[in-house]
This record gives sequence, structure tokens and C-alpha cells, in this order.
Amino acid sequence: MKIALALREAHDAETELASELLAVGERHKAEHDVYHLSRTLHRWCDEHVRRLAEQGTRHGLDLDAEADGEPGRGLLARARERGSELVGRRPEPGVLLLRDLRDLHLVAARASLAWTVLGQGAQAVRDVELLEVVTACHPRTIRIVKWTVQKLKDAAPQVLAS
Amino acid sequence: MPDRIADPWGRRTPFGRGDSWPVRVDRYLQRGVAPADVDAWVPTASILHSNGDALDIAVKDGRMVGVRGRADSRVNHGRLGPKDLFGWQANHSPDRLTRPLVRSDGRLAETDWDTAMDAIVARSKALLDEQGPSAFGFYTSGQLFLEEYYTLAVIGKAGIGTAHMDGNTRLCTATAAEALKQTFASDGQPGSYSDVDHCDVLFLVGHNVAETQVTLWARMLDRLEGPDPPRLIVVDPRPTVPAQRADLHLAVRDGTNLPLLNAILHELIAGDRVDHAFLEAHTVGYDDLVAAVGACTPEWAAAICGVPADGIREAARILGAHDRILSTCLQGVYQSHQATAAAVQVNNVNLLRGALGRPGAGILQMNGQPTAQNTRECGADGDLPGFRNWANDAHVQELAELWNVEPSTIPHHGPPTHAMQIFRYAETGSIRLLWISATNPAVSLPELHRIRSILAREELFVVVQDLFLTETAALADVVLPAATWGEKEGTFTNADRTVHHSDKAVDPPGEARSDLDILLDYARRMDFRDRDGAPLIPWTDAESAFAAWQACSAGRPCDYTGLSYDKLRAGGETQWPCNERFPDGRERLYTDGDFYAEADYCQSYGRDLVTGAAADADEYRAQNPRGVAIIVPAEHVAPAEAPSGEFPLRLNTGRTVYHFHTRTKTGRAPQLVAAAPDVWVEVSPADADGHGLGEGDVVAVITPRGRIHGRARITGIRTGVVFVPFHYGYWDAGPERDGRDRAANELTITEWDAASKQPLFKSAACRLEKVRDAGGETAPAPTTTASRPLRPMPATAGGADADVDEDPGA
Repeated sequence: MKIALALREAHDAETELASELLAVGERHKAEHDVYHLSRTLHRWCDEHVRRLAEQGTRHGLDLDAEADGEPGRGLLARARERGSELVGRRPEPGVLLLRDLRDLHLVAARASLAWTVLGQGAQAVRDVELLEVVTACHPRTIRIVKWTVQKLKDAAPQVLAS
Repeated sequence: MPDRIADPWGRRTPFGRGDSWPVRVDRYLQRGVAPADVDAWVPTASILHSNGDALDIAVKDGRMVGVRGRADSRVNHGRLGPKDLFGWQANHSPDRLTRPLVRSDGRLAETDWDTAMDAIVARSKALLDEQGPSAFGFYTSGQLFLEEYYTLAVIGKAGIGTAHMDGNTRLCTATAAEALKQTFASDGQPGSYSDVDHCDVLFLVGHNVAETQVTLWARMLDRLEGPDPPRLIVVDPRPTVPAQRADLHLAVRDGTNLPLLNAILHELIAGDRVDHAFLEAHTVGYDDLVAAVGACTPEWAAAICGVPADGIREAARILGAHDRILSTCLQGVYQSHQATAAAVQVNNVNLLRGALGRPGAGILQMNGQPTAQNTRECGADGDLPGFRNWANDAHVQELAELWNVEPSTIPHHGPPTHAMQIFRYAETGSIRLLWISATNPAVSLPELHRIRSILAREELFVVVQDLFLTETAALADVVLPAATWGEKEGTFTNADRTVHHSDKAVDPPGEARSDLDILLDYARRMDFRDRDGAPLIPWTDAESAFAAWQACSAGRPCDYTGLSYDKLRAGGETQWPCNERFPDGRERLYTDGDFYAEADYCQSYGRDLVTGAAADADEYRAQNPRGVAIIVPAEHVAPAEAPSGEFPLRLNTGRTVYHFHTRTKTGRAPQLVAAAPDVWVEVSPADADGHGLGEGDVVAVITPRGRIHGRARITGIRTGVVFVPFHYGYWDAGPERDGRDRAANELTITEWDAASKQPLFKSAACRLEKVRDAGGETAPAPTTTASRPLRPMPATAGGADADVDEDPGA
């Protein structure tokens, strides 16, 4: 059975999403909603990664149970946040925001697809426990996908018209 | 005569369930004026809180000399609170603005109206040429009149065509509106104040009604002291007057309303205290809620909220034993973490109990400001006029036809820009003209050093219209002197949909003009035209503006078509909707499940309560094909700024009964000033001990954003929570202040609820540092209210100047 492949793919994708959420938040700290919400959503991904790691153990994988350290705790992260705060209060951070939200959307979409594949696999091999994890976690990843679209739609008009 | 500073609520007039609340007419006249001396009593309603108490202004020799509650009002039955009894004196204040000011060489200097308006128009036209509508932001108030908001909405949305319009209602009532949109798919207050007369349970969540709506609390107190009193449940971290009076007080940690409510819902479901027939007939989504709160046991919530699990069970037991439940929310919910999510769960409590649309069974998602309801209805905030849906092209088309403009003129490519985002666009330079009317963001928005720096930006042209040279006006490029309540005619609507007509009692000072006249003048000078070249705004005064609004409201939930100035004058207050079906207005919405939730009609398709992402029409139709109420569950998430090592305490900002907002008016009424003259800091005895603080010691409150200081008041507040009133800015701060050490909003965090976009003023972590000993002084905090001291001290009193005539026989 190749279900472990799908598990690893979902774990990789959620780990990347967790890390990208933090990075985008740090780069746009002066966009206060992006900053705060990216950290909230990061905690969701962190939980997804942990639960995928638990499932991995059942399937003979040794997956990292933590997506990342505490958000924004590292020295480098703090320096980056401070820098973005200063940059962010000068004009024209908007174009960078649109680019980062687009990239974040693609990462989130990849994670969502990984959950879809994993869910199909879990049903095919009748792994009830794994399917429960997919059912609990995938909707949140979809909500992250929708948020990136919403934020892009909200931000684009002013960036492009001014 | 009663001293209404010492007793803000006045004498009791108890009554039993289902009886009529007795009349008690409160009257205050300035010293030396007897009732027989009064030339005229001019009808209006309160402009200093959201309750909408009807009153008459006493006029003698062309001056205001006092006020009297209206006995025939359904809202207050003659009563008035201290802000209304004494606040009118601010109209006379010698520092009223009487001439326009324009900045030149860095200083504001007096000028004439033509010069000031031409400066605004010249900048407006240049910006329209250079950048277009996206350069304009309008930030208005919850204190203007309906006619002014509607005119502003048409100027902004169809004249300029900008998406950047909001009101300070974003700070006070945006969550109320959003919670109603989530549950009922449209704004519109379901309940009525008269539900107090009929209820068996009062469930006050984060609502210090005794201080924010004085006469509504008097009504509740009179029920509590009469036969068959309702049970009172209060959720609040402070020992408010209602909390002291409650059968059950749950003093939760700030920002934990949602887990508490989820546990209450869990208990109602676990005990099957659920009206299944009601849910079947009138709701969707119950199964989602059952799944969402399945693990939310009282023990789980108790650990997060810091209240006993048995208290949560007791709340559920009381709520589960009655079906005449009146639930209310205010800033303890709206300005706290997970604001909309929690307000929606209060709606869910009533839905589960089938407690909706019947006498005593209702929901009051309260407003903070007197005319906030109109800001919402008229589209002067982040909504379209008439509770129309910006995501529904047919609704935009209706407005385009009404205004005779191209639909593309009206920005609807996304939700209208909310206040915090407007200031962000001003910060980054893409909004270049910001027009602020009747509000004071330099004291009322979070993280003030940031707000001041935005308003002071060289590139930003700031227009302020106000009564006084507020902290905000001082940073403006043009200041326009406005006439206020009592000096102009118009209408406004309170939190239970009661529409009042407010007449002109006296002339405004100097050259001050009504906000309506200022806006109409701007529209004329800008020469806004419709599709056929006719003036976009054909109305010329308040009554013709009202008629234009009536046409806009036709067929919408807030239908005003059955009203007229003649009908509203002289005590003809009426609740909307008022139309052919409800010619005398409608007391309660949603009786028998007649919702405004059908997909083609509704105002909102809903939003994700954590991310704020909007659902689309197809998703909404699939979820709610019958157009019924929607049970929206919400999961708990951790707050952005939890108390930690460096900042171990929670900062809660709020209000006192004697002041309104940034004290622009109440800070100029002697009795109100004396009752609460300066900022204070409420701490619990344990936190006081931990910092070596005694009553009256000067203490600094510090967050990552700022540091203020005030005298400590030791109260029964929850340990770990520090309370600071947000009213105190700098215009009267005294020479020992440095311009950034008094306002609570120096400390607050720039963060907002993802769904309602309301700033979370009660969501920061802080620490305390003792500055110096009391030196024999006590904190300048009232003893009569939630700031009641634990240590005995002289009680707050107003003396002879606060004597009010209370006539129970009137």
C-alpha cells in the first residue's frame, strides 16, 4: 500500500503551509490582520502536522511532530518582524502583499489537495482513524485557502488603483 | 429632590411581569429657572448613549435651560440618566467652534466658509484627476442624524464613488450588526425594550447596562424589585452594578466569552433543554452546533474562563428552565477576543430555547452610540444603504436606479473598507483625503501614537467637522464648525429600532452649520451629477433628505415609508419597519419566523468567524434554502496577545456612567466632570498587594505600545485584570501631562475581529508599575458604579447642582 506516500505528502504540505504563514505574517506585520491571523492559522497547521505525525507512526513513518518553533520567537524572526514593521509604514508595501498572498494561496491549495488525496486513500484502505484525522483537519485547510482568496480580493483594488 | 449624580438611576417604581412600567418624569432646569419660566419645550431624544430616551429641551430667551423626560415615550417612560440631565450644558460651552479653520504655515487660522469649502473642493478635484475615488476616505460617527448619514452615503458611494466609508460605529456596534447578519442574514434588532417587562430571565453578556443605558437598567431594576422578578445572569470580569445584583455572576477572564457560551450550549444540548419544534421550523445548522460543542464541557470552559464549572451548569440550568429569555450583549463581547463568534453564540442560546419574537423572548445586540443604527441603515459605514447586499448585483442595481447612476459608479467589488483599513490606507499613502465627521479618532482608536502619526502625515489632507477643537481637529488641515443636537432638525433611531424626530431648539453659535448643510454645500460645490446631468443630490433640507431616504428604504427590512415628519413630531416615535403592513411600526422582528434571510433578499451570505472570508450566493443557497435563521457554531482560538512574563495582566478598557466617548460633550458639563474628573486604574486587592499599591497611589500601566499613569482604585475586579476608562484624552489634561500619558488607547493593540472588523480594545496584555504614593488622595473614580471602592470613602455626589425633580405621578 502506498498510503504512506500520501501521508508524507500531506505532512510536507502542511509543514510548508505553517512555515509560509509565519513568514508572510512577519513580512507584513504592519498589515495587522494578516499578521495576527497568520499566527492563528499557523496554530491550526501545527496541530495538523502533529496529528499527521501520529498517523505516520502507525504507518511506519518517522515524521516531525512540530511544524516549526513558536511563531516569531527566533532572533532572526524578530529581526525580520521589526524590519517589516518599519518598511510597512512607508508607502507601497501593497504589491509585495499581493505577491505573498498569491504564493501563500498556492501553498495552501497544495495542502488542501494533499488532504483530498489522503482522504480518498484512507477510504480505499478503510483506515477509519486516518479518515477521522482528515475529516477533522481538511476543512480548516480549505478555510485557509478561502482566506487567502478573500484577502487578495480585498487588497487588490486599492493596490492597483492608487 | 434626588441627587442624580449620587443615584444615577433614580427612585424605584417596581412593577410585575406583564404590567406596564410606571411613568416617572425626570426634569432638570438650571439654577434660577422654574418650570413656569420656560418659553418652549422642544421634543428630541438622547444623543449621549444608544438607549434613545425621549426628552424635551427647555428653552428660555433662545437658550437651552434644561431637559425633561417624555412621559409618552415607549423607551424611557419619562426617565433620564445623568448624561442627559446634565450633558446639554456643553452646547453653551464658550470654546465651541464658531468659524472655519484652515491650516496655513503649520497653524490653524480662522477663515470664512467659502475659503474653507473651496480648499476642500480644490483638493478633492485635484485628487479625482490624479488618482480617482480610491484617494478618498470618509470616517463618520454614531452621533449625526439619519439625513446626514444618508447624504454622506450618496456623496461617497455615488458622487465620489469610493469604497472607503465607515463610521466610529465600527468601534461600538459593528459586531452587533455582524452577529445579526450571521444569524438572521440581515441586520435588524430582533427584540424590544418592552421585552424587559415580560421576561423570566435576563442574560447580560458583557453588557454593563447600568452605566451604558441608564434607563434600561432602571426598567430592569424595577422588574427585579417587583413581583415575579426575572432571574438575572451577568457575564462580566468587573463587579458592575448588574453583576452585584445578579442571581449568577460569571466573572470570566477577558476574551473568554466564546468558550463560556459554548459550554452553556453544550449543557443545553446534553440536557436536551432544546425547543426542537422551533429549530425544525425556523433554523438550519443545529447538527453543526451539536458537533462543534460536543467536547465543550463546563470543566473544559472553566479552565479557560476562570469560573467554576458549577456556575456554568447553573447558567445553563436557569436558561434551560425558561423560554422567556431576554439576552443582551455590548462591548464586553464586541470589543473582546472572538467578538462576533461570541455574540452569535448568544443568538444561538435564544434559538435553542425558541426564545425569539415573543414578549419577553428576545435578543438585544446593543449599540454603543445614539445614532449608530442610522449609520448602519444609511450606508455611511461599511454597508450599502437599506441593508442591501454588496455581493448581490441586483441590490446594487436598485441603488443605481434610485440614484440614476451607472452601477459601476457604486463600489461593490468587495466589502466596503472598514475603519482600521481606511487608516492603514492613509498610513501607506493611498488615501490622501480623509474627511472625519463628529468623531475623535486621536483618542478613540487603538494605538494612538500610530493614529496621531497618520493624521499628521504631510501628504494626507484631513478635514474635520466638529463642535470643538478636539485632539483630532487639532491635527486637521481644515476644521468646519458644526451645529449639533438641539441646534438642527433631523431624525435618529435607537437600538430597539425606535425612530425619533429631533427639532431645532436654539440657533447654533457663531457661523456653525449643521452637518447636513455642510455636506449639501460640498455636493453643490463639487457639482455631483446623475446619469442625465441632473443634480445627484436634489434635496435641500432635513425633511426632503428624509423623504429621499424613505424611498431608499422602501421594501427593505428598515422600511421607513410609513413614517413622516408630521407623524414623528411631538412624541410620535415609531419603531421600524413602518409601512403598509405595519402602519404603527413593529415591536418585535421575526415573530413566527418571518425572516429577511431569503437569498435574493438578505443582506449577507455569511462569513467565516475566524478568517472573515465571505461565503458566496451559491454556498448560502445550499446552506439555507428556506431562508430561515442560521445556527452558526464557532471554535475557540487563542488570543493574539495573551498575558505573559513581561506583561502578565489583562488590560480591559471601557466606560463610566458619567461620560460618553472622548468627553467632547460630557467633559464640559460641570456635574459630570466633578463625578469622574480624571483617568483611574482599577485593580484587584491581590494585584494591588503584588505591586505594593494602595488606594489612590499613582500607577503606570504599560503595554508594548505605550505607558499611561493614573491613580489606582482597588475594587472587586477579577484578579489579573486591569481596567482603565477610555474617555480621557488631552484637551483638558492639565500641564503635568505630556500628551501621551493619559488616554487608555495609548495602550491598546491594533487588532480587529475578522468578521465584524471591530477593534479589540479589551484584548491587550499589560503590566503595572507604581509611580508614587497617594499623598492623601483617592482615585478620581466614581464610588457609585463598577469602580466602587472596597475601602470606605466619601461617596460620589453632585450636591444641590445635581438635584433632579422626579415626578412619579406625571
